[in-house]
Amino acid sequence: MSLLGVDVPPVSHVTNWGTGPLGFNKTAAIYIFAALATMVLFYFGTRRKDALVPAGILQNTAESGVGFVRNQVIMQTIGTDGLGYLPYLTALFFFIFFSNITEIIPGVQFPANARFGVPLVFALATWVIYNVVGVVKQGPLHYLKNSVIPPGVPKAILPLVMIIELVSTFVVRPFSLAVRLFANMLAGHLILVTFAVLSAALWAAKPTIVIMPFSFALLVAMTGFEILVSFLQAFIFTILTAVYIGSSMHPDH
Amino acid sequence: MVMLHLLLAAAAADPTKGLTAIGRGIVYGGAAIGPGIGIGLVVGNAITAMARQPESAGTVRTTMFLGIAFTEALALFGFVLAFIISG
Repeated sequence: MSLLGVDVPPVSHVTNWGTGPLGFNKTAAIYIFAALATMVLFYFGTRRKDALVPAGILQNTAESGVGFVRNQVIMQTIGTDGLGYLPYLTALFFFIFFSNITEIIPGVQFPANARFGVPLVFALATWVIYNVVGVVKQGPLHYLKNSVIPPGVPKAILPLVMIIELVSTFVVRPFSLAVRLFANMLAGHLILVTFAVLSAALWAAKPTIVIMPFSFALLVAMTGFEILVSFLQAFIFTILTAVYIGSSMHPDH
Repeated sequence: MVMLHLLLAAAAADPTKGLTAIGRGIVYGGAAIGPGIGIGLVVGNAITAMARQPESAGTVRTTMFLGIAFTEALALFGFVLAFIISG
């Protein structure tokens, strides 16, 4: 178990977490941090109910986060009847963001979502939610019919379209949701590792030291880019969850 | 240069390892072609839409990210597949 993030594990560690006592490792530590950060943010950020003007970093972040998920995610994809999912989606957004942003925090420098387990669990949670919503809102047979048969398809190619839609709705959706988050964070982490190791190697070798500033400049630039990616992946995971729930609530006619 | 020497040494020791690395490169490179074109189309058309109708920029941006996410998934499958391949 290395909490300092100075080691470079082999590629096989993508699927094999490596264990400390009771299976506890850096990834688990980051997830616990992310869960605690989300809870602290929304517990202490929402204590001052009587205050009309928000004050302090916690309350400002919590309120603008809720407003962001409400206006940019739910109102754009589901509509007003999706506001019941606001707590789940907000918690999901902040948890994924906090476990992503450790990618660029010095000393940690590892996005916990670069391990496949937890993104897969969230994708399966999304899968269960949108299927249950679809079955409850439309009834089992209507839900199956609406998700398998898209409107306005010619009869001749309907069998082919039905198979494609069946696979894409019930298999590819959760899988791609999990892989998207996992692979984006892993790719960003690998890019940062590559340029950091390259900078160190160029620094050590005497004649190549003149190239080292370019590698280092790219490392700094990619670190900035990864802040954007951490935010964007949390946003995309949340908005896709909302889109899938919305498509189960309001089928195309 | 250091990396090149390492690669050459590894290839000399066990040629299949070098071939696995080449295979991984081909898999990811091939998987990135289509999504590269696709993301270009999505973003290009989104920019056109935003320039024509700036007041709809918010909706277009959200939809653009959705389109990027769907298109990008294929490239990421290739990225993961490149890791799964073992020689």
